[in-house]
Amino acid sequence: MSEQTKHNISLYVENKPGVTIRISLVFARRGYNIESFVGSRSQDPRYSRINIEATGDSKTLQLMLEQLNRLVDVIHAREYSDEDVIQKELALIKVHCNSETRTEILQIADAFKCRSEDISDTTMTFQVTGNTSKIEAVRKMLDKFGILEVVRTGKVLIARGEEETSW
Amino acid sequence: MNKKQCTAATKMIEILQNQGVECLFGLPGGSAIPMYDALAQSTMKLVLTRHEQGATHMADGYARSTGKPGVVLVTSGPGATNTLTGIMTAMMDSVPMVVLCGQQLTMNLGLDTFQEADVSGMSYPIVKHSFLVKDPEELPSVINQAFHIASTGRPGPVIVDIPKNVSSALIPEDTSGEFSLPGYNPLKEVNQDDVKKAATMISVAQRPILMVGHGAVISGAVKEVQAIVEKMQIPVVNTLLGKGCFPESHDLNLGMPGMHGTAYANMALCECDLIVSIGSRWDDRIAGNPDEFLPQAKKIHIDIDPVEINKAVQVDCSVIGDAREILNSLYAYLNKGNTQRWVKQIKRLKREYPLKYKKEGKLRAQHVIEEMSKLTKGEAIVTSDVGQHQMWAAQFFKTEKSRHFLTSGGAGTMGYGFPAAIGAQIGNPGKTVVAIVGDGGFQMTLPELSTVVNEKLPLKILIINNNYLGMVRQWQHMFYENRLSGVDLEGNPDFVKLAAAYGIKGFRVKRSADVRKVLNAALAYSDGPCIIDAEVEQHDNVFPMVPSGATLDKMLLSMPRNKKLEKPTGGT
Repeated sequence: MSEQTKHNISLYVENKPGVTIRISLVFARRGYNIESFVGSRSQDPRYSRINIEATGDSKTLQLMLEQLNRLVDVIHAREYSDEDVIQKELALIKVHCNSETRTEILQIADAFKCRSEDISDTTMTFQVTGNTSKIEAVRKMLDKFGILEVVRTGKVLIARGEEETSW
Repeated sequence: MNKKQCTAATKMIEILQNQGVECLFGLPGGSAIPMYDALAQSTMKLVLTRHEQGATHMADGYARSTGKPGVVLVTSGPGATNTLTGIMTAMMDSVPMVVLCGQQLTMNLGLDTFQEADVSGMSYPIVKHSFLVKDPEELPSVINQAFHIASTGRPGPVIVDIPKNVSSALIPEDTSGEFSLPGYNPLKEVNQDDVKKAATMISVAQRPILMVGHGAVISGAVKEVQAIVEKMQIPVVNTLLGKGCFPESHDLNLGMPGMHGTAYANMALCECDLIVSIGSRWDDRIAGNPDEFLPQAKKIHIDIDPVEINKAVQVDCSVIGDAREILNSLYAYLNKGNTQRWVKQIKRLKREYPLKYKKEGKLRAQHVIEEMSKLTKGEAIVTSDVGQHQMWAAQFFKTEKSRHFLTSGGAGTMGYGFPAAIGAQIGNPGKTVVAIVGDGGFQMTLPELSTVVNEKLPLKILIINNNYLGMVRQWQHMFYENRLSGVDLEGNPDFVKLAAAYGIKGFRVKRSADVRKVLNAALAYSDGPCIIDAEVEQHDNVFPMVPSGATLDKMLLSMPRNKKLEKPTGGT
């Protein structure tokens, strides 16, 4: 088995039923695991943008990109490395707290510019945005207090400068 | 204002006629009734089949032999699911096909209503594209899109799922059939730098070989291949689906390479320093182990589908686009090299390692097929099923013309040959059409005997009858110490009597001495279809054989004596 790496794939597709099945079948057939999948309507309501993060080997990735581009409903599909694009993710983190730990948790949250969304006697919930490594760092820092839940959106990305994303 | 209206189904038939469709293959059912009703009120021909799988193979045979898309009209649920094997067969071999399926009412979809099946969901991996039509006014546009997608670029099957309330709805007669498909751009400009690179590689090669595949056939590159072969004096191998693109009787033709290819084709490949694939996807039946395929040779790949480049075999140069267009520009850049010694070597290989079989003793399948080939002089359209007889047909039936040898290559669908021949005969009424089938495969789609009688087609059905699933028996014999499992077709009918039950003329041949006489009589028979039951040697094996997954130099010319063979490493 060749090296398994994470890949960011950005697609511009027709906004129609069944499109996501056609796309995910391309991944499943070659044994690629989808780590995250974000899709929503684009500026032009006839089309959608989809960002997929998936793990697999690079040779298969090239084949899959061609197979994705072959789909009639896919206008464009391409891979991005983290450097080419601005990529962001949002996470909601619910952490256990008590009167002794609350201050320290708030300090950590403040350092990472997390937004406090909910607070109870025993829990605090934050919204954190940024790249994947930032979210990982927050999670790690809060881990010792007892994280109850993490919900993440998965990556969204946009090309830098005048370049159009996924073209 | 009172606009003139018609049902969407009526409009659909009108659009099919505008698309040049001559006939539909299919079988009705509840949710297809509005479409069959519209059909009955039109001049369009229907070929009523006995099973939907048969309809798809007929459309496939029609499409492969004429180059025009084959069209299927079936009902929802089981009607549609019965087409899946035929659709997969068409997909694997890039055959243009449009399958129109009836469907339950839109409001009933997903509710497990009667004869409702999620046809789109079941068929995503085996179609080029599919549509579920929910707005009746979109149907005309969708039908045009289906034909456009099915027949352009790399052809393939397209399903259109049409709910009953959509087909029966009234729409304005002048509803537009226009469309735009921003995600579908099959005609990309050929990169001339790639063509020049390929031309240089070919010009300097000492021992080049062209491999023509189905892509060359589909693009109609017959003259272009011939021109390059004549100018450059390059030998040609043709894949199973490429048979006929370059005449097999030509001095420089080496026939089919690969698992059951000719010995001289495989030996030549092992010696060549350049192989140029024209519309072949380096199938595992040829490449064996793609990572070790002809390490000594440079490889050029000409293909319309970028997905195929470096998919199986890594190539040194690729040119993406229509084969015919590429070969046309390639020709201008080629400088005649010196292949004289290579051509001599090729001719010597052809002399020294011819295809052979025993003519004495029991009747041989090869004998029957070779005789049929001689008697029809390259003029007949031949279809085959899948298995031993298919490989013998590929070896011994010399195909001289493009679109004259139709077989299920990629999918390996048993039951394909007979219905495909019906489609081919309907598309080519003046031609002799011969279906070469095995006794196993024939029984998978033989209900279409009624169809062939109904249509009064002068089809010749040649059954290579060894009372076995012969190819599996051969594998069990060679690699599984002859432990035969599930291959004895005890219980086969008497095919001549079966023919009689349908009112079809039957011939039987059992002895080598009678082959020519019987085949001549069958070919001369013009009063409808006929069956020729050729009772052949039961335990014959197809050679040469390259065990699955092995490299071409591991080719066996006959069964090795006193040597246990390893189980093959390839898929099947």
